[in-house]
Amino acid sequence: MTADSPEAALTAAAAPAPGPGPSGVAIALRGVSHSYGSVPTLDRLELEVRAGETVGLVGPSGCGKSTLLELVCGLREPLAGTVAVDGRADAAGRLARCAYMPQRDLLFPWYSALDNAALALRNRGLARAEARRRAAAHFERFGIAGFEDARPDALSGGMRQRVAFLRTLVAGKPVIALDEPFAALDAITRAEMQEWLAAALRAEPRTVVLVTHDVEEALYLSDRVAVLSARPARIVAELRPPAPRAPDRAAAVTDPELLRLRERALRELREASR
Amino acid sequence: MRRALAPALLSAALVAAWQLAASSGALASVLGLERFLVPSPAEIGSALWRDRGLLGENAWVTLRAVVLGFACAFATGVGAAVAMHLSGLVRRSAYPLMIASQTVPIIVVAPILVLWFGFGLLPKVVVVALVCFFPIAVATLNGLRSVDPEAIKLMRSLDASRAQIFTRLEAKAALPQLFTGTKIAIVYAPVGAVFGEWVGAGAGLGHQILVDNAQLAVPRLFAAVLVLSAMALALFGLVALVERRVVTWR
Repeated sequence: MTADSPEAALTAAAAPAPGPGPSGVAIALRGVSHSYGSVPTLDRLELEVRAGETVGLVGPSGCGKSTLLELVCGLREPLAGTVAVDGRADAAGRLARCAYMPQRDLLFPWYSALDNAALALRNRGLARAEARRRAAAHFERFGIAGFEDARPDALSGGMRQRVAFLRTLVAGKPVIALDEPFAALDAITRAEMQEWLAAALRAEPRTVVLVTHDVEEALYLSDRVAVLSARPARIVAELRPPAPRAPDRAAAVTDPELLRLRERALRELREASR
Repeated sequence: MRRALAPALLSAALVAAWQLAASSGALASVLGLERFLVPSPAEIGSALWRDRGLLGENAWVTLRAVVLGFACAFATGVGAAVAMHLSGLVRRSAYPLMIASQTVPIIVVAPILVLWFGFGLLPKVVVVALVCFFPIAVATLNGLRSVDPEAIKLMRSLDASRAQIFTRLEAKAALPQLFTGTKIAIVYAPVGAVFGEWVGAGAGLGHQILVDNAQLAVPRLFAAVLVLSAMALALFGLVALVERRVVTWR
C-alpha cells in the first residue's frame, strides 16, 4: 500500500473488492422496479455492466436515471428486482464497491481542494497528514497542481469538477457512478473535461456508469450507451460507439458512425418522450 | 475604516443636534417638560464620568448574569438542536413544546422566577437563558436540517459513518446559522438581564435604572442605558469576531 506511484495508490486503496465474478459482470440489474410514491420511475429494468466497461445512460429528463445510479451505489433499495455489484446485492455491499459523483461538484467550502480530495481516505480512518499525502500525489496528473490549498470557491468550474472527480477516484472503489458530471460547465470546458476524463479512464480503467443528457458525451465516453424511455424507464435501445474515449475527441465526435448513432439516439429519445 | 465613516458622521450629527436642542431648552418646551427631565448629551456624559464607579459596579452585576445566562442557553440550545436533529423522536416530541414555550411572555415568567429563586443572581441568569435559548436552538436546528441531501449521499458513498457525516458535513454546514442565532441571542441577553432585575434586585443596571427613575436622576438614567447599549454592542462584536475566525469560508 505505497503511494509512491499515483496509479498504485488509487487502486491499492480499493476497498474490499473480491473483483467481478467469473463472468466478468460487475453490475447486474435484474427486473428492477422503483417508484416515488405512486409515480413509477423504473419498470422491470435489465442491465449488465462488465468490469472495466463504461456504460452511458441517456434518457428524457426525470426518467429515473439518477434513481438508477443511487440504486447501483447502494444509496437506495429497489422496490422489486435485484441490483448486484460484484455479486453483492445488499446495500452495504454495493456502497462499499461504488463511488458516487453527484451532479453538482458539492465540494465542501470549509475544506481546501486537497482536504476535499482526501475525504474518503479520512472517512476510512487515515490520519489527516497521510490522507492528504496520498491525495496530493494525484494533483499533478489531474492538472490541478498548485491548487492544493485553494478553497473551492477560488477554483474555476472545470477545476472544481477535477477535484470532485479526484475525490471520487481516491475513494478507490472499483465502480464509479457519474451523474451528469459536466452538465454545469460551458460547452468548451465540457469538451475539455470529456477529453480529460477519457484520458483519466484510459490511464486507469474503472467500471463506470455515466448518466448524461448529452448524447454526444455518452457516445464519446462509453463502450455502450443505453437509451432509456420516459417514466417508467425501460431500455429502448443499446448503441455501441465506434471509438470509445479516443485520444482525439474532435475526430471521434465527427466520425460518420458516431453521427449516425447520435441521430438514432435522438430519434429514440424523441419517440421515448412522446 | 471608510465603512465606519458614514455611521460615525450621522451619529455625531444626531448628538450635536440633540445637544443644541436640549441645552437651548427647545426640546423640553416642545415636549412640554421641565428642563431637568431632558438632559443634553454633555450632561449625560458628565453623569457617566461622575458616577462611573457606581455604573461600573452595577454593569458588572448585570454582565455576570448576561454571560452566565448566555453560556447556559448556548450549551442547552446547541445541545437541544443536535438532539432534535439526530433523533426524529426527540424532534417530533420536543419541537412543538419549544415553540409553545416561546408564546409565554417573559414578563409573566420573571416574577415567578423571583418568587422561586429569590433576589440574587439565579433568577436573572434564568431569564437571560430563557431569552437566549430559543434563537440559538431554532437557528442551529435549521442549519443542521438544511444540509443538502445530495451531500449526505456523497458522504455515505465516500464511506463516512453517521458520526463523520455529522462532524465533517452537518456541523460545519450549520455553523453560519448557529452564529446568526447566537448574534440575535447576545443582543437580547442584556435586555433579559435588565428585565430580571426590574422584577426584583438589589443591584445591576436594571435596578439602577429603576432607582434613577424614581429619584428623577435623569442624566444618570440615560448614562445607564448607554452602558447597557455599549455592553450589548461589545458582546455582539465579540461573537462576530469569533464567527469570522471560525466560519472562514464565507
